[in-house]
Amino acid sequence: MVVIIDLLVQFAQMTLVIALAPLLTGVVRKAKARLTQHRGASVFQPYRDLARLLRKEVVIAHNASWLFRVAPYVIFATTWVAAALVPTFATGLLFSWSADLIAIIALLAGARFFTALAGLDVGTSFGGIGSSREVMIASLAEPAMLMIVFTLALVAGSTQLSTVAAYMLSPQVGLRVSLGLGLVALIIVGIAENARIPVDNPTTHLELTMVHEAMVLEYSGRHLAMIEIAAALKLLLYISLIACVFMPWGLAPEGRHLGAYAAGAAAYVLKLGAAGFALAFFETSIAKMRVFRVPEFLGAALMLGLLATLLLFVSRSF
Amino acid sequence: MTLALGCVAALIAVAGLSLFAGGRPPGSRLVYGACLAVSLVALGAMLAQMQAAPERLALPLGLPWIGANFRLDPLAAAFLAVVNLGGAAASLYALGHGEHEPAPMRVLPFFPAFLAGMNLVVLADDAFTFLFAWEFMSLTSWALVMAHHEKPENLRAGYVYLVMASFGTLCLLLAFALLAGPDGGYAFADIEAGRQARPLAGLILVLVLLGAGSKAGLVPLHVWLPLAHPAAPSHVSALMSGVMTKVAIYGFVRIVFGLLGEPEWWWAMVVLAIGGGTALIGVLYAVMEQDLKKLLAYSTIENIGIVFVGLGLALAFRANRLDSAAALALTAALMHVVNHALFKSLLFFGAGAVLTATGCRDLDRLGGLIHPMPATSLGFLVGAAAISALPPFNGFVSEWLTFQAVLLSPQIPQWGLKLMIPAVGALLALAAALAGACFVRAFGLTFLGRPRGAAAAAAREVDRFSLAAMTILAVLCLLAGILPGLLIDFLAPSVGQLAGARMPRQTELPWLTIVPVAESRSSYNGLLVFLFIASSAWLSAFAIHRLASHALRRSDPWDCGFPDATPGTQYSASSFAQPLRRVFANVGFLARDTVEMPPPGSLRPALFAAEFRDLIWETLYLPIVRGIDAAAGLLNNLQFLTIRRYLALVFGALVSLLLVLAAWS
Repeated sequence: MVVIIDLLVQFAQMTLVIALAPLLTGVVRKAKARLTQHRGASVFQPYRDLARLLRKEVVIAHNASWLFRVAPYVIFATTWVAAALVPTFATGLLFSWSADLIAIIALLAGARFFTALAGLDVGTSFGGIGSSREVMIASLAEPAMLMIVFTLALVAGSTQLSTVAAYMLSPQVGLRVSLGLGLVALIIVGIAENARIPVDNPTTHLELTMVHEAMVLEYSGRHLAMIEIAAALKLLLYISLIACVFMPWGLAPEGRHLGAYAAGAAAYVLKLGAAGFALAFFETSIAKMRVFRVPEFLGAALMLGLLATLLLFVSRSF
Repeated sequence: MTLALGCVAALIAVAGLSLFAGGRPPGSRLVYGACLAVSLVALGAMLAQMQAAPERLALPLGLPWIGANFRLDPLAAAFLAVVNLGGAAASLYALGHGEHEPAPMRVLPFFPAFLAGMNLVVLADDAFTFLFAWEFMSLTSWALVMAHHEKPENLRAGYVYLVMASFGTLCLLLAFALLAGPDGGYAFADIEAGRQARPLAGLILVLVLLGAGSKAGLVPLHVWLPLAHPAAPSHVSALMSGVMTKVAIYGFVRIVFGLLGEPEWWWAMVVLAIGGGTALIGVLYAVMEQDLKKLLAYSTIENIGIVFVGLGLALAFRANRLDSAAALALTAALMHVVNHALFKSLLFFGAGAVLTATGCRDLDRLGGLIHPMPATSLGFLVGAAAISALPPFNGFVSEWLTFQAVLLSPQIPQWGLKLMIPAVGALLALAAALAGACFVRAFGLTFLGRPRGAAAAAAREVDRFSLAAMTILAVLCLLAGILPGLLIDFLAPSVGQLAGARMPRQTELPWLTIVPVAESRSSYNGLLVFLFIASSAWLSAFAIHRLASHALRRSDPWDCGFPDATPGTQYSASSFAQPLRRVFANVGFLARDTVEMPPPGSLRPALFAAEFRDLIWETLYLPIVRGIDAAAGLLNNLQFLTIRRYLALVFGALVSLLLVLAAWS
């Protein structure tokens, strides 16, 4: 019986992330439009876009290989699994121990690996430009992320997100320099990983500035829908991660009743909304960088993460 | 024990008989088939031996006062299992691949001898046997590197390899001399007896790092590796990169953990610094390399760096008596040894298949091979994902364990290590991310896109034996990734032998999770992650094809509406690497991109040049080479003296030696 309830809660988490991800994208778009004096599409527009893409036929290049057709599902599946493993409304879910934070990052790296390969598959120059820039960005963002993980793991004594969240809820956390540095670094990495301004522009139509969009340029129909929803899930994942580690209030602990879960879910939706507005505000108030300024931006995150880890090696109280 | 030695003898016999095989099938098939059979027997014996008690055997061979001593303990059995697994896979691959060999008799006799040499190094139990086997391994592999000696770059590779191998053996010789002491107890048992009071232990460590490290490919002793490994035939490249570097690691582990005595904390500083630097520099070379096999060789250097980081952490923990943490770090290192042997062999097999199908290894002339070679490309893709540390493959597990070991290290009291370990952790993270970039580039430019040359357009899938070898290794990469607990428990006896502790038993945990320390701290379950990914990918594909559209139409590529007629407009090897080169290589490699635009109105074409320099070669090796040249020039003057002057020289040398002797005593 307990196992069944645990399974149900885990299942609820998996469906929750996939149901909320397009909404989050819609909220961010709407907020950006309102902030720039536009009316903007409805917050539910991403769902309609996905439904439309799913109905359409797929048009692929003559020389696209099996990898091109398999990649969207692999990208979606790895991102979904990663997103389902980050605590959203409750900690200590049934399968939360099957992968820790390092594994979640590696899952996202797997999704990126296949996205970059798909960009190279048709053999167009735009696909190549996207892939080559994406791996450059990733080669700095991933180590920065791992240094943030080290920071969290040294503070909380664990790389398990449930344990980290529980520790962050406990009174022994206090204000720490290392966590502050880690938060700044995590936000920078999150912006870069989700192809947001100032690193990349998710709505760009100017080809030479594209990174993520250039890689997926050749996709259409259901394949594009898979990639779009994976991108939305990734944004949700990073916001969930920041919320779970730095704003863990409202997270339902292990083995609670339905009320705690409902409260946790409500708190989670609130956090998502707040983070979505913050992201939209940030994006409208800053200009996009040249692509070779990005390494400096991400290098700052890497250095902040390293500094935070070093401080913790020097003394656990930082 | 007798079985292992019997396998070595059988391999040497095969090497001898292969002289009469004639080089063409069925002769070459018989030789490789015999190698495969012997390697499989040895592999099975070693798997059985892992949990058994150590055995020793002395044969009345070699130097009369030492004899030839052999030992088979869990550590040796683990490495022999790796050697023979790699040997079996390479033999199976060679059953098909060997037929494309232009000069088979230059390969056939040396291949079994090389396998025998590697087995013998691991079995050796005295310094003489060890060094003899080590040199035997070096020379047979040198002969294999020289198999295609008609190309000038292979000649140079063979020469550099021979020089570096001799240098390495010299360092090991000196290390053993210091270990044996003035009494000359060259048997490992005698050396172990002197563990407690070891004079000059630091010097011995440095010598072993130079000796075993030059064979393993530690920076800056790596220069021969990217020349020699790719020069050999591909099944031998796989053995050299996947297996021989592991034998070198065995040498380091055996001497430093087994014979040298209790470690001091600063040893770990040295090993960690070299390991971290090797990982980063190796992958930076790899990410800029254009030659597919050289790229794989540079990536071997990176992985050796990762193993040495694990070994350095184990030394740091061991020096502070944190035995369970040392066991974790050592397990991570040994597991990476096994994993790297699997996926690097697989990748070299794939590169060999590409070479067979197209005749070239230059990334700028490949492309689009996924269409004619679907099975090879799938195998290479698995290898690339595994080496990029992507779950659920095996490379991720060993890197994950290494990171877990890093996270245990704040317990270490020494300040030097406290400051160094996070930095090495960052280097490791950077190397892991760059490895992903490197293999996106390697796979993407080789197998994806449109063919960049006529040879790539005309490629055909390779033979069944090659494909079978690749498939088996790919399956093993996946299995070791989803059932890592089995591998950890398998390595536990060797770890226990060296670290004095072992990781908690993993196979008894529910759901086959691996838990290095405690479940609240960290855990990973490759099986579940694999099942989750597979089931959600299948579920989404099934649901969409069932419920939504499954129509598909082929058309010209979109590419933002640009007509893109020639494959030359695709990204090339150097343009793909350009952002990475610009970010990472402008300091260490002095990478420069220069664009020369013609003045307005001129019809001259614009020129673009990208260059980078190998500073290690230029600042470390070239001065030595020049110095030796200059010294040789000076010594040349001695060649044309009169007999009087020669006699005076001999007399002077004798007197000065006597004076030194007098001053000494």
